[in-house]
Amino acid sequence: MTAPDTPVTQGGDMDQTTHEPQAAVRSRRPTVPGEQPYLEVTDLQVRFPTADGVVQAVDGLTYSLPLGRTLAIVGESGSGKSVSSMAVMGLHDRKSTFMSGSIKIGGREVVGMSEKDLMGIRGAQAAMIFQDPQSSMHPYFTIGDQIMESYRNHNKVTKKAARDRAIEMLDRVGIPNPQRRVDQYPHEFSGGMRQRAMIAMALVNDPKLLIADEPTTALDVTVQAQILDLIADLQRDFGSAVVFITHDLGVVAEIADDILVMYAGNAVEHGPVRKILGTPLHPYTWGLLESIPAVSGTPGPLHPIPGAPPSLLAMPSGCAFNPRCEFRERVPGDLCRTLRPELIARTADPGRSSRCHLKDPDRVFETDVLPRLP
Amino acid sequence: MLLYILRRAASAISVIFVTLVASYALFLLAPTDPAGTICGPKCTPDRAAEITKALELEEPPLLQIGAYLKGVVAGRDYEIGGTVRECDAPCLGYSFALGRPVTELIGDALPVTLSIVGGAAIIYFGTGVLVGTLAARHRGTTLDRLAVSSSLTINSVPYFIVVLLVALYLSGVVIPRSEYHPLLENPLAWAAGLMAAWLTLGLTNAASYTRYSRAAMIESLGQDYVRTARSKGISERRVVYRHGVRAGLSPVVTIVGLDIAYQLTNTLFTESIFGLPGLGLLTLRAFNTYDLPVLLGSVLVGSTVLVLMNLLVDIIYSFLDPRVRIA
Repeated sequence: MTAPDTPVTQGGDMDQTTHEPQAAVRSRRPTVPGEQPYLEVTDLQVRFPTADGVVQAVDGLTYSLPLGRTLAIVGESGSGKSVSSMAVMGLHDRKSTFMSGSIKIGGREVVGMSEKDLMGIRGAQAAMIFQDPQSSMHPYFTIGDQIMESYRNHNKVTKKAARDRAIEMLDRVGIPNPQRRVDQYPHEFSGGMRQRAMIAMALVNDPKLLIADEPTTALDVTVQAQILDLIADLQRDFGSAVVFITHDLGVVAEIADDILVMYAGNAVEHGPVRKILGTPLHPYTWGLLESIPAVSGTPGPLHPIPGAPPSLLAMPSGCAFNPRCEFRERVPGDLCRTLRPELIARTADPGRSSRCHLKDPDRVFETDVLPRLP
Repeated sequence: MLLYILRRAASAISVIFVTLVASYALFLLAPTDPAGTICGPKCTPDRAAEITKALELEEPPLLQIGAYLKGVVAGRDYEIGGTVRECDAPCLGYSFALGRPVTELIGDALPVTLSIVGGAAIIYFGTGVLVGTLAARHRGTTLDRLAVSSSLTINSVPYFIVVLLVALYLSGVVIPRSEYHPLLENPLAWAAGLMAAWLTLGLTNAASYTRYSRAAMIESLGQDYVRTARSKGISERRVVYRHGVRAGLSPVVTIVGLDIAYQLTNTLFTESIFGLPGLGLLTLRAFNTYDLPVLLGSVLVGSTVLVLMNLLVDIIYSFLDPRVRIA
């Protein structure tokens, strides 16, 4: 077993100050301006026609991600984070999904690509780790079978070679005794081990892009920390681009280089992790930070964001967040209700952008929000 | 695994034993004058006395059941009117109406029923799973709607009417005339003679199996692990037929096992209308003539078949689904 160079128990319940230097160490490569991004999503729209009308699940999402960096996509259920990532993998049913815009993986356009070409990318250039390893692995096939299937699908190798590769991958993700474990079934693995096997399966073909869809949500907190360390560790070794979907801001601080906050199918804030967690610029991000329970200090009441996410069938006019936004009145001329704000890059703050009409969000954050934060 | 099978077999045997004792008590110990019933309407007192003696009906119940059990295991002799009739093990009794041991009667009828049900099962399982899977894969399309609606139509016609219509209009015209030839004597005639029964029983049941398989496949194809399989970049065909069918079929296999067991003892309409001398006809005749020993024998065979099929299904299931495999 290749020992992870950080102790596995580290991470879970450390406070934010110790996260930051670590996160900085982890981003192996700083963003070089003009560097060719590996994943480029431009004006992505995903719509599902349903009996009640068209569900606009993703509405004009744009982001890009170079190799070696981790982007955390954060948002509530139904914000479109999973749907947009499934779109990147081409996993939506073609017949019942309408997609437009552009998704480029390694320079190749995925939107509108033939199923056959997509099959060559899925599992090879781009792989995905799913939320619940219990239901995401086939209960009737052995772990080895499932890893080998992915490997042999993209490589012309013998069964023996594929098996050796499966054992190697299981060893790489820290599963003890891989020669024996390779022939076991998913139900013989614990939750954490199953998720490790899932990661081994995703990485078996050295994908340059790894999408992790809430990979730690179904796990115990201690196991969560181990899995996060493992993903960070593997990313350092493989130098791949990682999209990490989560709703857990603690996890984000732990693993990501950049954050993309999504609300109602679109990005509301995007930028480097330390800056966004330090001085978030969007009222929705403020709300997310306020709703994290305090672990230390005096426990007070939680401050959830009032209201519920809008129905994707009937979006509010103007800013999608306006019905839940307490700072709506500070924008003159009822703009929030009438005009949809654009995602605007901050000139003073390279790499950051936010979608809000507020003129001075940093000041509002400092005077109104920061004192309330736990 | 072996231990599991042995344990299941032991419990199967105990179930059969209980059934045997219970049905013996129902037919021959109940205060219903079994000897008179077996003897029939034109019974002379002498004949009734002979039967009473031959069946040892005057002995205490435990001894009677003991003698019956001994017959099942080691065979027994029936003395009727001075002549001794041998009944070899497994002796399930002696039919005084037909003058033959029950085991022989069932031995003649069972292959007929097995042939009918076995052939039909291949047809309905094969067709049902195939059409059901296709319908699930192309859910919502014309093909799917056609499969579902024709399946419902077929199932809403009572089975005996279907059999009757086939026997009246198709058998002997489109399909070879229905008759039974033993498989080993003439396989071709065997298949030809059973064709009508196979198609009728097979296709009507295929309708139900189409719907079972369709539902099971829709559920299976919606599972997370199918999405995982797709994310590996394997072909849609492989996703459906390797990952989907494997999980989708397990519940269908359970239903098939129980259906086969049920049909082996309930092919009454098929056999009587197509004139095939199987277990159903034998039982029907025994009902009409109050032939209690034959009835007792068919109840025993029926329950044994049911228990064995259950055991078989459990064993097959444990091969299909590793989670129920017991070390």
